[in-house]
Amino acid sequence: MPENEVLRVEGLRVYYHTQAGPVKAVDGVSFALQPGERFGLVGESGSGKSTIALSLLRLIKPPGRIEDGRVALAGIDLLELDDEAMRRTRLAKISLVAQGAMNSLNPVKRIREQIALGLRDHGAALHDRAFDRFLTELLEKVGLGRNVADMYPHELSGGMKQRVCIAIAISLQPQVIVADEPTSALDVVVQWQVIDTLRQVQAELGAAVIQIGHDMGLMAHSVDRIGVMYAGKLVEVARVRALFSRPLHPYTQLLIASLPSLEGKGDLQAIGGSPPSLLNPPAGCPFHPRCPYVMDRCKVVMPPLREIQPGHLAACHLYEAI
Amino acid sequence: MTALLEAQHVSKVFGAGLVQKTETVALQDFSFTISGETPSVTAIVGESGSGKTTLVRLLLGLTAPTTGEVLYRGKDLRQLSSQERRSYLGDVQAIFQDPFEVFNPFYKVDHVLESPIRNFGLAKSKQARRALMVEALSAVGLQATETLGRFPHQLSGGQRQRIMVARALLLRPRLIIADEPVSMVDASLRATILNSLLKLNREFGISLIYITHDLTTAYQISEDIIVLYRGAMAEAGNIQLVVRQPEHPYTRLLVGSIPLPDPDEPWQGERALGQPATDLQPAGDSYCAFHRRCPYAMPICVEEAPPLFRTAPHRVSACYLYREAPTVASDHIDEIFGSARREQTATIPIAESDRVMG
Repeated sequence: MPENEVLRVEGLRVYYHTQAGPVKAVDGVSFALQPGERFGLVGESGSGKSTIALSLLRLIKPPGRIEDGRVALAGIDLLELDDEAMRRTRLAKISLVAQGAMNSLNPVKRIREQIALGLRDHGAALHDRAFDRFLTELLEKVGLGRNVADMYPHELSGGMKQRVCIAIAISLQPQVIVADEPTSALDVVVQWQVIDTLRQVQAELGAAVIQIGHDMGLMAHSVDRIGVMYAGKLVEVARVRALFSRPLHPYTQLLIASLPSLEGKGDLQAIGGSPPSLLNPPAGCPFHPRCPYVMDRCKVVMPPLREIQPGHLAACHLYEAI
Repeated sequence: MTALLEAQHVSKVFGAGLVQKTETVALQDFSFTISGETPSVTAIVGESGSGKTTLVRLLLGLTAPTTGEVLYRGKDLRQLSSQERRSYLGDVQAIFQDPFEVFNPFYKVDHVLESPIRNFGLAKSKQARRALMVEALSAVGLQATETLGRFPHQLSGGQRQRIMVARALLLRPRLIIADEPVSMVDASLRATILNSLLKLNREFGISLIYITHDLTTAYQISEDIIVLYRGAMAEAGNIQLVVRQPEHPYTRLLVGSIPLPDPDEPWQGERALGQPATDLQPAGDSYCAFHRRCPYAMPICVEEAPPLFRTAPHRVSACYLYREAPTVASDHIDEIFGSARREQTATIPIAESDRVMG
């Protein structure tokens, strides 16, 4: 494993076993993260992005199962660890700000106790004085006053609750923070505050962030590199500027073109067709039924994700000659 | 000529009951008219707590105003006879946010289309009923063979939401109130739904009230906009003017907070505004709701809530920064709307200074 990688995911496959057959939610996904890097995973509902988030922390529950692959955190394959070792790794080395995390705070416990819980579970219990100091610093990092420590969740706004969740996620200084839709259900002004907070703590900590979401606009402003998911597969990976200025995969192109802007008004460009069924995905490239450039080969062979331009990967037959 | 739907000085106050002692003003002195004659598209934009959901419920008669009234063809919604109530339902249709919850999972999707046809006696025979359904579906870009006879779970969120648009169309209403119709739908399908709504407006002359928190989609489909902040109009008028050259500090904050899908565009957020001015304390009950967050707050802002200042023929701002401009009574607000229909406004450039302020 190269020195400059903190996380490497290889050939990850996660299936949900239903009565109708296996749903291939994540089907052979590979990517790597450098320390301190912010990586965005975008995709529509059902594209497998949240399943990746949960798999990285081994939180997939039946009927879901990690079928295959490697999740190497600083060289250690998390999928090989026993349950106790994995429990110690969570929060301490890789933490999760889950989707709707702000609603996962315990309504009858003060924020102080909820932060202490994680520390205690990891054997990092501090004495009262030291804990007070730690708490003040931690809350300050996420832009909250120390008075928040003695409040209950219902006394906080959505944005403040989400910042508490970020505080918990960074309390043990992990190397990787996985943030699954960290701002969904927040107002646009608050959204900016939360992303700004996440960005600051991540930079201070030097932690890598995997930010998962569906809002391309938000991604454009909050990550360094983006991976685009479609039907359980990564179809394009590129640095943000390259992805927005020269998207390669037709899905990415159409997705970006369909975003409403404040430029010219007029008919919005729509992507035809419907998202694929994961139970019964189309053969070949999963995007082929909606793709304007579809060729015969696309209906049979899934193109591999490969480097088309330096640092710019795409899974599309259009670039086979390159 | 009486207007199709009219809100007159409507206020809605919640609370002050047994449990909660404090009152919450969800909507304050709101007036607005949909004439029903010229098809319009009006966006009502606000964040959570702005009163937009309350407004929808008031316009649909699902809740009664505390003061003021909502009139359908000149008659208070609460006093409609059953005959008038039917006519109201035929004229005013709604599309809601969640395309998953409005379907009964045990019925095929045909059911949601058949019920209005049956309830309003739109078709005499089975064939006529089917023809109506096929026609409505094709108007929203769906094929009957791909949708009819299926169960809701077999369709995507986008397809379900378009079926709701088709259902609203069946009755050929004069007005559709769409409450966040695309916020739960994937990005790649949003454009399709918004386009089908626009098509109803253009081809069938149906007026739209588009309620959303998303300024970008509002900008794309609407002609006029009302920006709500804590239950009151902050700014309103021609959408190109308001969004591209926002006046009210709150609108500036909103526009600056949109993460545009272009990494080279600045994303200002709160920095778009700067620090709030001072610790002004309101003397009484009437004050500008935005003063605590406003860098331009002045003593007058906490003395009395600002009226609507008509800063241009087709826009108003409830902000004392524009107190030189003449005021408009809230029930004359309609004079500023409809400019996009009356005269073709040229594309207005984005005011650079507003997006890159502070």
